[in-house]
Amino acid sequence: MASAPKEPVQFSGAGPLNAPISGLITWVDQRFPLMSIWRDHLSQYYAPKNFNFWYFFGGLAMLVLVIQIVTGIFLVMHYKPSAAEAFASVEYIMRDVPAGWFIRYMHSTGASAFFIVVYLHMFRGLLYGSYRQPRELIWIFGMLIYLCLMAEAFFGYLLPWGQMSFWGAQVIINLFDALPLIGPDLSTWIRGDFVISDATLNRFFAFHVIAIPLVLLGLVAAHIMALHEVGSNNPDGVEIKQHKDAKGIPLDGIPFHPYYTVKDLVGVVVFLFLFFGVVFFMPEMGGYFLEFNNFIPADALKTPPHIAPVWYFTPYYSILRAITEDFMLVLAIGVAAYSLLIWLTARNQLVKMAALAIGLVVIVLMKGGPLAIEAKVWGVAMMGAATLIFFLLPWLDRSPVKSIRYKGPLFRTALSIFVVVFIVLGYYGTQTVTPAGTIISQIGTLIYFSFFLLMPWYSAMDKTKPVPDRVTM
Amino acid sequence: MGKNMNKLKHLIAVLLLAPAFALAAGAEIKLDRAPIDENDQASLQRGARHFVNYCLNCHSANYMRFNRLRDIGLTDQQIVDNLVFTNAKVGDLMKIAMDPKDAASWFGAAPPELSVIARSRASHAGTGADWLYSYLRSFYRDAERPTGWNNTVFPNVGMPHVLWELQGEQVMAERKVQGPGFEKTEHVLKLDKPGKLSPVEYDQMVADLVNYMVFMAEPARSSRTTIGIFVLFALSLLFILAYALKKEYWKDVH
Repeated sequence: MASAPKEPVQFSGAGPLNAPISGLITWVDQRFPLMSIWRDHLSQYYAPKNFNFWYFFGGLAMLVLVIQIVTGIFLVMHYKPSAAEAFASVEYIMRDVPAGWFIRYMHSTGASAFFIVVYLHMFRGLLYGSYRQPRELIWIFGMLIYLCLMAEAFFGYLLPWGQMSFWGAQVIINLFDALPLIGPDLSTWIRGDFVISDATLNRFFAFHVIAIPLVLLGLVAAHIMALHEVGSNNPDGVEIKQHKDAKGIPLDGIPFHPYYTVKDLVGVVVFLFLFFGVVFFMPEMGGYFLEFNNFIPADALKTPPHIAPVWYFTPYYSILRAITEDFMLVLAIGVAAYSLLIWLTARNQLVKMAALAIGLVVIVLMKGGPLAIEAKVWGVAMMGAATLIFFLLPWLDRSPVKSIRYKGPLFRTALSIFVVVFIVLGYYGTQTVTPAGTIISQIGTLIYFSFFLLMPWYSAMDKTKPVPDRVTM
Repeated sequence: MGKNMNKLKHLIAVLLLAPAFALAAGAEIKLDRAPIDENDQASLQRGARHFVNYCLNCHSANYMRFNRLRDIGLTDQQIVDNLVFTNAKVGDLMKIAMDPKDAASWFGAAPPELSVIARSRASHAGTGADWLYSYLRSFYRDAERPTGWNNTVFPNVGMPHVLWELQGEQVMAERKVQGPGFEKTEHVLKLDKPGKLSPVEYDQMVADLVNYMVFMAEPARSSRTTIGIFVLFALSLLFILAYALKKEYWKDVH
C-alpha cells in the first residue's frame, strides 16, 4: 500500500548547510518517524511552566544511567570476573589502565549518585502527588526501575571482590536461607555453590552487565512513554491539559525543548560539579561510597567484625534487624489494631471480613505458638514489604488534592516524620547493633509502615486548601 | 516550608547525634595523626627505601609496579639501582618469594599484601595513615607472645617488631593519674632500651614510610586532585554560560 511521502522538513533561516541537512533529515523522516518523535517528546511536548528544583532529578537520573553504562563498558574491558583475579583486576584498573581510576571512580560514585537522585526524584513524587490518577503506571514503572536499581547495585557490589563485597552478599543471600522449606536449597541455587565463590561472582557479573541493565533500559523507556502519554504533573498538582488555547496547546505548558532542555542543562552542570567534586576529591566519601573494608580482598575465612551494606540499602537493613523475637508481640498487636481499624471504618462487608480473616492469619503466623514463623523470616518479609509498599501509594493516598501545597497539616506532618524516620533508619543501618539502636529502629519501622498503611485515613481526614485553576509560578 | 525544614533538620541532627555522644564514651583506641605530606617527594623517596628494605620481604605489594615510583620523582635507573633487590624488572609488580602458606605456618597468619593497606585501614577513628603511623610506633615487649612483641593498636598481632633496632624496645608501664576527685592507673608505653634512632628520628622515619604507603595505595591520588581543580573550574565557567542561556530563553515565560 503506497502512501504519499511525508512533507519535506524545512528549517527556518538560511545557511550554507541548510539545504543538505534538511535534505538528509527529509530522507530519514520519509523512512522513519524522526520528526514525529522529535515533536512528540521534545519540541511539542508541553510541560507545565512551573517546574521547580525538585523537577531536575528525573533528567539527572537519566544522565547518571548514561554515565554508569558508558563507564561500565570501559570497566568491563579490563575487569576479570573471576574470584582469583577480580580484586587484582580492579587495582590494575586503578593503577595501570590509563585514566582507569577516573572511570572506576565515576562508576563507584555514580552508583551512590544514582540512589541520591532517585531518592530525591521519588520524594518529589511524594511531595506533589505525582503518583496519583492518571499517573499510577508512571509510578509503578518508576518503582520497578527502583527495584532494578537495587538489584543492579547489589550484584555490582560483589564484583570488586573485597571483604564487604563478599560478606555483604553473604548476609543478603543468607536471608533466603531463612525462608521455610525451600530456603537452603534456594540460597544454594542463587550462589551456584555452597558458599559464595567464583560461580556466584560469574553469575552476578552476568546479571550486572547484561540482564538488569537491559530490563532497566526497557523500564526507563516505559516510564517516559507513560509520562508523555498523560503529561507531567507539577508543583501545584493541577492538570494543565484542562485549559488549552485554540490550537489545543495547554495555556500553562511550554515546549520541553528548548525551555526545559536549557533549564536542565543548568541542573546538569551543578550536578556534575558536585559529582566530580566527589570523584576527584573524596571518592571514598568517608567510607560511605567506597567502604574501607572493601580494600581487603574477599576472605571466606575471616568474617569482618562489622558488616554494613552501602548507605542506600541501610534503611531496609535497619528494618530487617529491627524484627527481633521480642518485637513480634508488638507487631502482632499492630496487625490486630490495623485489622480492627479496617473493620470499623470499611463500608464493604467483604472488606471487613477479609481484614479480620487476614489479620487473624498473620497474627497466628507471628505469635501463634507452634504455628508461628520465626522472627528472622518476618524480618526478611518486612524488609521486602518496606520496598514494595511504595507501589501502593496511588491507592493509599485518598486526599482530594495532589500537591503538598494544598494538602493539610496531617499529611505534611506525616511526610516530614517519614523523611526523618527514613534517614534515621538509614543511619542505624550503618551502625553496629546496640540496644538503643534496635529500639529506635523498631519505633522507626512502626512509623515507616504507619506512614503508608494509615494514609487512607489521615489523607482523607486532612483539611485541604482550595486548589487554583491554573498553575502558579 | 522554610521553618518546617529547619525544625526537621534540628530533629534529624538530635536523633543522629544523641547516640553518638553515648558511644563516644566507649573504649576505642586513640590514633595519632600521621604528620605526612603527599607532595614531599624527598619524604616519599625515603619512605620507598624503607618500604623495600623493611617490609618487602615478608609483605608483598602485588598491585604496585616498581616503575610507578617514577611518580615520586625517580628514574628507572635509580629505581633499579637502589630499590630492586631481586632480579625483577622495573616494570614488574612488587612480589615476594615467600609462599603465603609457609608464612601462615610461621606467623600464624600470612602477612597481608600491602598495596592498598593504607586505604583499608581507614576507619571513623582516623585515616589509614593515622592507623599505620600509630601501629608502627606502638610495639612493646610482651613475654607472653610467641614473638616476644605485642602492639597496643593491633593487640596480639602476629608480626614481630621489625623496626626494633631503630626504635629500641618499649615496655608497658603503669602510670598513676590524679585528677579532681579520682585516681586511676593508666597503661602507657615507655622506651626501655633506646634504639639507633632517637624517638624524634624514629617518628620521622615512620612518617616517611607511611607517606609512601599512602602514595602506594593510590598512586593516582595527586593527579586526581590536580585534574579535579581544572574540571571544577571548567564546570564553573560552563555554569555561567548555561545559566545565561536559560535566562535568555526563559525571559518570556511568566
